[in-house]
Amino acid sequence: MTELVTIKGTSEGLIITLGAGPLETVVSEMEERLASRASFFRGGRVALRVGDRSMSVEQLQEIGVILERLGMTLWAVNGDHPATHVAARELELEVDLHPSMPHTTATSESISLEEMAGIVVHRTLRSGQAVHYPGHVTVIGDVNSGAEIVAGGDIIVWGRLRGNAHAGAMGDEQAVICALQMQPNQIRIGSHIARPPDRSWRPKAPEEASVQDEGIVVERWKKSE
Amino acid sequence: MGATVVTVTSGKGGVGKTTVTANLAVALALLGQRVLAVDTDIGLRNLDVVLGLENRIVYDLVDVVEGRCRMRQALIRDKRLSELFLLPAAQTRDKSAVNPEQMVKLCAQLRPEFDFVFVDSPAGIEQGYRNAVAPADKVLIVTTPEVSAVRDADRIVGLVESEGKGPAKLIINRLNPAMVRREEMLSTVDVVEILAIDLIGVIPEDPAVIVSTNRGNPVSLDGRSPSGQAFRNIAGRLMGQDIPIMPIKESASMLDRLSRFFRG
Repeated sequence: MTELVTIKGTSEGLIITLGAGPLETVVSEMEERLASRASFFRGGRVALRVGDRSMSVEQLQEIGVILERLGMTLWAVNGDHPATHVAARELELEVDLHPSMPHTTATSESISLEEMAGIVVHRTLRSGQAVHYPGHVTVIGDVNSGAEIVAGGDIIVWGRLRGNAHAGAMGDEQAVICALQMQPNQIRIGSHIARPPDRSWRPKAPEEASVQDEGIVVERWKKSE
Repeated sequence: MGATVVTVTSGKGGVGKTTVTANLAVALALLGQRVLAVDTDIGLRNLDVVLGLENRIVYDLVDVVEGRCRMRQALIRDKRLSELFLLPAAQTRDKSAVNPEQMVKLCAQLRPEFDFVFVDSPAGIEQGYRNAVAPADKVLIVTTPEVSAVRDADRIVGLVESEGKGPAKLIINRLNPAMVRREEMLSTVDVVEILAIDLIGVIPEDPAVIVSTNRGNPVSLDGRSPSGQAFRNIAGRLMGQDIPIMPIKESASMLDRLSRFFRG
C-alpha cells in the first residue's frame, strides 16, 4: 500500500480511504487531493474508510469541517477499531457503508467501469451548462461549444460533441468518449488531454476516443468484439 | 516598471469591445510589445473565439483566482505571435465568481511580466464591469455611431470619472462614411461633441472584420484592410506615437464604380 489516500466515486457518493501513516499527513494529503478538483467534488457526500485506525470524536469532527469547507458532507465512517465506531455513533454518522462492502483495511480496489452507475441527460447541453457526475454520462442530444461534461466513467454523446468532455476524471484511463459526431473543443481522459487539429473538418462516422500508448486516440466507432 | 492595464468597455453590448480588445492586443504584439488579453466576461466568454484559441483552454481566470492552478498554467500563448497571451474567462460560472479586489491583485501579479494587459469587459454596469475597471490604468470606451450606444457610452464616461479612472479615451467603431455623408449616421464630430472625451481612434465599417472574427484571425494581422490599419494606428497611439486621426475615406462600392463608369 503506497497511496496515503484513495478517492473513489460510486453511485452512493465518494468513498475516501485513509491509508497508513501519521493522521495529520494523511488528512492534509486528502485535503490537497480534494481541493485540486474542488469544483468536481463539490456537493458530494463522503463515506470515510479508516481501516484499523482509532479515531476520536475530535479527529472525525476535524475531517468533517475540512470536507464541509470543500462543499462536501461526511455521512458515514467505516473502520475496524471499536473506538472509531463509538466516535462515529456519537456524531450520528453511519458506520455501515454498504452491507456488501468488504471490511478489508485500506485496500484500493477501484470500482470497475462496468459497475459504475450512470445517468442519461436527455437534452442539448448549451454553452455554459455543465454535467459533473462520478459515474458514466450519456447525453441524448448535442453538447455545444462552451458546454462541458466531467464524468468519473465513460461519456457517450448521441449527437454532436462540440464542447469539452472529460472522461475518467478521477483517474481512470480506461474510460472512453464516444460521439455520433466528434467535433470537440477539447477532450480529456484521466490525466490526458487532446484537442483537434486547427483546420476545420467534419467527421463522417461515429467515433470513439480512448487512451492508447500514453495519448488520446480518436478512431471510428468499432463494433465491440 | 510594469504593464499598463487597459480596460476596454462600452456599456452597451455588441458594439465591438471584444473585437477591439483582440485587435489592439494583436497590433501591439506586432509592434514587439509583450501583451496579455484578459477576458472578464465570465459565463459569456468570446475573446478566445475571436483570437482562435478556444480549443487550447485548460485553466481560466476563475481557476487562477480560486487557486486551482498557477497563473502560468492559465496563460495561453497565441499560435501566431509569441509575445501575445490570453487569460480566458470561465464559461460555466458567472460574474460573481470574481470580485474587483481579486482583479486588482491578479493584475498586480501580472504587471511585471507584460508591457500591456488588456482587460475585455462584459456589457453592462454591474459586477462584471466593476471587475474589469477596478485594475485599469487606462479605460477605452468603445461606441458605434448610434444614439443608443452613445448614450450608454456617456453613462460609462460618468462612472469611470466617478471611480477616479478617467479621463477615458474614445474609440468609434463601425463608422460608415457614406452614411455619414448622407447624414444617416452620427459623424465622428457629433459623437465627440456629445461625449466630450479624447478620441483615440475611428474604425471604419469593414466586412473583413466579420470574416476574420469568424475565423479567429484578428483583422489587424493584415495591415492592408482599412480596419486593420485603424487598429494598428490606435496601437501606435497607445505607445505614445503621434499618429494623426485621418478622416475615413469612402471606399467605392461596386455600384458606385459602375455608375461612375456609365456616367463616363
